[in-house]
This record gives sequence, structure tokens and C-alpha cells, in this order.
Amino acid sequence: MFLTFPIMVIRVNTVENVVEWRWKNMFLIGIGSFFLSFVWRYLIKKRDEGTKKSEFGETEKTPLIQRILKERKIFIPTLIIVSVFALVFPFVFSLYQTNIMITGLIYVMLGLGLNIVVGLAGLLDLGYVAFYAVGAYSYALLNYHFGVGFWAVLPIGAGMGAFFGILLGFPVLRLRGDYLAIVTLGFGEIIRLILENWNAFSFGPSGIANITRPSLFGIEFSVHNATIYLYYIMISLILFTIFVVNRLQDSRIGRAWIALREDEVACQAMGIDKRATKLTAFALGATWAGMAGVIFAAKTTFINPASFTIWESIIILCIVVLGGMGSIIGVITGALVLILLPEYLRAFSEYRMLIFGGILVLMMVFRPGGIVPDVRRTYRFEGIENNHRNNRK
Amino acid sequence: MEYFLELLLGGLTRGSIYALIALGYTMVYGIIELINFAHGEIYMIGAFTALIVASVLTLQGWNHIAILVIASIAAVIYSSAYGYTAEKLAYKPLRRAPRLSALISAIGVSLFLQNYVLLAQTSDFLPFPSLIPEFKFNAPYEHIISSPEIVILITTTVVMILLTFLIKFTKLGKAMRATAQDREMAMLVGVDVDKVISFTFIVGSATAALGGVLIASHVGQINFYIGFIAGIKAFVAAVLGGIGSIPGAVLGSLVLGWTESFFTGYISSDYEDVFAFLFLVFILIFRPAGILGRSETDKV
Repeated sequence: MFLTFPIMVIRVNTVENVVEWRWKNMFLIGIGSFFLSFVWRYLIKKRDEGTKKSEFGETEKTPLIQRILKERKIFIPTLIIVSVFALVFPFVFSLYQTNIMITGLIYVMLGLGLNIVVGLAGLLDLGYVAFYAVGAYSYALLNYHFGVGFWAVLPIGAGMGAFFGILLGFPVLRLRGDYLAIVTLGFGEIIRLILENWNAFSFGPSGIANITRPSLFGIEFSVHNATIYLYYIMISLILFTIFVVNRLQDSRIGRAWIALREDEVACQAMGIDKRATKLTAFALGATWAGMAGVIFAAKTTFINPASFTIWESIIILCIVVLGGMGSIIGVITGALVLILLPEYLRAFSEYRMLIFGGILVLMMVFRPGGIVPDVRRTYRFEGIENNHRNNRK
Repeated sequence: MEYFLELLLGGLTRGSIYALIALGYTMVYGIIELINFAHGEIYMIGAFTALIVASVLTLQGWNHIAILVIASIAAVIYSSAYGYTAEKLAYKPLRRAPRLSALISAIGVSLFLQNYVLLAQTSDFLPFPSLIPEFKFNAPYEHIISSPEIVILITTTVVMILLTFLIKFTKLGKAMRATAQDREMAMLVGVDVDKVISFTFIVGSATAALGGVLIASHVGQINFYIGFIAGIKAFVAAVLGGIGSIPGAVLGSLVLGWTESFFTGYISSDYEDVFAFLFLVFILIFRPAGILGRSETDKV
């Protein structure tokens, strides 16, 4: 780390502008990097000690959040508080807040969808936003040309997402992890570029406006009520998503995903159809992106290709990584933190992506498990362990 | 015919710049099997450093060639420093972690550097001074191949030759090849693996920086976003030639440069990037190991 220190100071030079010389910035960054390098060294040392400890068999204490989940006494009241809060939210807070919350919830949904692909099946998908775009555009176009309503398109959008997921997944899932990342990234960009250039089909960069908001059995709402209505749709869809993902996780296919993530060769030896399993993960993930896309289009009533850039994919990836790959509660916290915090901290909005980038690196280095790491279902046979301990003594 | 020749040479120039960037990808991948997402950003930083140095020196009234040389040297030094730092901070602690973590970390670095430049500099396109003078002897052929293109071709060739020499005949090159083959074994026979990996990052970043300077003075403008597309395309080129193989990277870059050049020249320029990506998808589907690559079987 001593070696990097001089570089960190020299790095400052790029900040100087052509016309104005910003010596002050240089000075600040110099001091900042000096202290940061010490913090970094300390953290690395601590981390290495931690790994050593776990190698010697000392297990870490279960974190607070997992204890809440485990013990019913604490878990049920928390659940009730959270759900009451979720229910009264639109009546207590303003329309603006509700709108932000809907955005947050859309990202929760996207995060949960991507979590199936990245967290459970271990396939790094950098083109996830393509499926989101597919969903949004299928609603926008169907609505524009044929006047089809929200509820009719929701399953169609989901289906379109799944269809594109399979379309892409079929050829590329033979590839190894990092190639897959690049190809999906390429796919995401292809979709966006097509939407931008194919004017006759998607109205190009100008996008589609005046998409109708969802209605309940033909009753049209005012803007205010429609937002609240959308909020409740979102909450129920999230609940549905959580239910599905939760059931999937412990099902045969969910376990096959986790096993595939850990070791492909061993999986094939155990008779898991690698391709079909990966394909289902891909398609299911894409389904959720498609649904989220439909809701996004209904919420903003205007879409254009600029909403579906690669950075959107990376934000969603950030959510999953930050929250903890594979853990549902982690992803929900991750999404709410990452989407809501920037909304309330408008002053720092310029630095948002910078911080996201930093967070990705720091999380990977120091806490690969995320804020709320996934707890794997483990089976422990107490007897043997006790014997072991006795023998050791 | 002349149009064809123009496209051919244009493709060659394009290809050689991709090659300069692709070399870094392929070298890093060859040694630690990591797709260095931040590589495109290193290239962008190279271009920015050169821009800053060049404009400062222009204000001082230096002559063109001196500016070009100093700017390139500065770009190479800074980019190498960034490459080295990125490796130390973001990849080295993850050497034993699963590959997915390193990849995500690389994406993080890329995002960080991009926004760092965006905030520290500007989000607009900056004009890049054309530093390369017009050669007198080239005047009659100016409409087919411009002087900057000649400089690009010569530089690329020289860099390739130097790099081949470095890897084939020096002790360090030997150590690099050993590390690529089997890291643990290399460690056992006394190769300082960490040093070799750092060195690979430095060399890769330096070539990328050269590419950055050259392309920036050729195209004439840069912004913080150029690294992304260039990085992806160079990656396509590296995969096309067989990732991990250095002659493969060069070959792949030239093929990609030509196909793009002819595609935009004869068909349409709207879908140029779409085409590059589609090309990548098809290569990976039909020949995942690339033109010169060997296919590997999974080991338990």
C-alpha cells in the first residue's frame, strides 16, 4: 500500500483545468487520499484477520437483522409495523413522496428479478435493462396503436420479457460467466440502439408520450388517485414477487440454481439439466423486468430510449450486490437505500454514480455478502458436532 | 476503387487503434482471467491527460512535435499509474474470490473513473488539438490516407514489435508467460507473481493510453464517455481473435476495423455499434474460443 500512496497524490494533477489552475482541489485530494490510504490499510488488515479467524473454526456472530428474522417474537411485530407503514404511506405523505416510493418499489421489483439471475443462478446479466425496455415499450406501443389497457398488457409485458429472455438465453447460455456478461451487455445496447434508430417502430429518441394510466374496471382516476392506486398495485405485486421468489428458492429448481452457481461440473454429474435450468432463471428474471417495465411506462406516461441505458442495468446490479446476492430482504433494503437516498439527498446527486462505483468495489472487497447476506438453509447434526468438541477438549 | 482503398485504409487505422486497446484486455485476461472493465476508462484518462498537458503547453507556445511527444509520455505515465492503482485497490484483494466478484469490482472501477473525470473535468465534448502535422511527402495521397493515419499505423506497428520482443525474449516476458500458464507453479519456481501482474496492468494501460492519444488527435474531440464504447469494441476485437492471445488480439482488431469500415461505408452508419455487438454475439456462439484461441475444457 505504500507503493500506491505516491500515485494517489500524483493522481491529483488531472483535476487541474486548462484555464484555471485548481491548486486548492489538489491540496484537498492530497490530504484526503493520505488519510484514506491509512483507513484502507486498516480495513484490509482487519478483513484478513477475519478470514483467518473463520479458518480456525470460529464462526461470526449472527448479525442483528438475521436474528430479527429468526425469532418470531421480534419478527412478527416488525412485519406488522412495516406493513402498516406501507399501507398508510400514501395518505400520510404527499403525492411527491408517493411517486418517489413507487420508483423505489419498481426498483425493488427489478432487483428481485435480477436477483434470480445473478444472485441465485450466478449468471452475471449486464443487459437486464433490455427486458425492462421491452416491457415498457410493449405497453406504450400497444396502448398507442390499439388502446389496450394496463391490466391486459401486464401479462403481455411479462410474457414479452420472458420471450426475449429465452430468445437471448438460448444461444448465449453455453458461454462461461464473463463472456455471458459481455454478451448480455451487448444485447442491452443493441435493444437501446434499435429503439433509438428505428423511427418508424419506436418513434426514435423522441419517445412515446401520453400513455394511459391504469384504471380499475373502467373507472378513470385523477392524477392524484391514480398515483395512489399505482402505489397499491406496486405493493401487491411486490408481495406477489416476494412470495414467488421465496417459494422458488427452496424448490427443486431454486436449489438447482444455487448448485449451478457453485459448481457446474458437479451439477451435471448429479443429473441437472444445465441449459434448461439456466434458461428458466433467465426467463423468470426477464419476466419480472417486463412487468416492471409496464408499470414504469404507466407511471411516467412517457418513455424514450434514454431511460434504458447500460447504467440503469448497473444500478440494478448495484442494488443486488449491495443488498446481498440471493437474499430477498437484502435486495429490498438495497433498492430502497440506493433509490430513495439520492432522492432525499439531492445536493449530492452529481456524485451519485461516483459513489455507486465506489460502493461496488468496496462491497466486493470487504463484504462480498452484501448488507443482509443470504442465509443458506443448512442442516446440522448436533450430535457429531458435540462429540467433536468433546474430543477436542 | 479509390473509395474502396480509402475504406480499407480507414479500417486499418481503426483496427490498429482497437488493437492498442485490445492488447491490454488480452494480456490481463491471459494472466488473471479477469475482464478488466475499467480498461476503456484508462484509455479515456490517457486521452484526457494528453489533452490537458497539450493545452497547457500550447499556451506556453511550444512547438507541435515537442507537445505531442510530451503529451504522449504524460498520458502513458498517468494511465499506467491509474491502471496500477486500480489493480492494487480493486483487484488484488479479490485474487482469491470468485471471478464474479472481481468482475463486479471492475465494473465499479469503471463507473468510478468515468464519473470522476465527469466531475473533475466536464461532461461536454472537448476539442482535441490536432497535434500531428501534415507531412509534405504525403500531399498527393492526402485524400486516401491522412497524415495522422500514417502516424497511427507506424506507432501501432512499433508498439507491437516492442511488445512481442518484451514477451518473447526478456526475463519479465518469460515470467509473464509462466504466470499465465500456471500461477501457483510460477510462484513455486520463484516468480514474483504480484509484481508480474502489476507489470501487466502497467503495460496494458500504457498501450491503451497511446491509443487514446492517437485516436483523440485523429477524431479531434473527446469526452468522458469515449472509454466505454472503445473498451467494448476493443473487447470484441480481443474475443474475436481469441482472448489471451496477443497476435489474436491484433488480428481480431484488424478484422473488426475492416468489417466496421466497410459496413458503414457501404451500408449504413446508424447501426454501426449494433453491428459490432451482433458480431460479438455471433462469434461467441459459433466459435467461443476466437480465431486463434484454443478451446478449453472445464476442470473440476
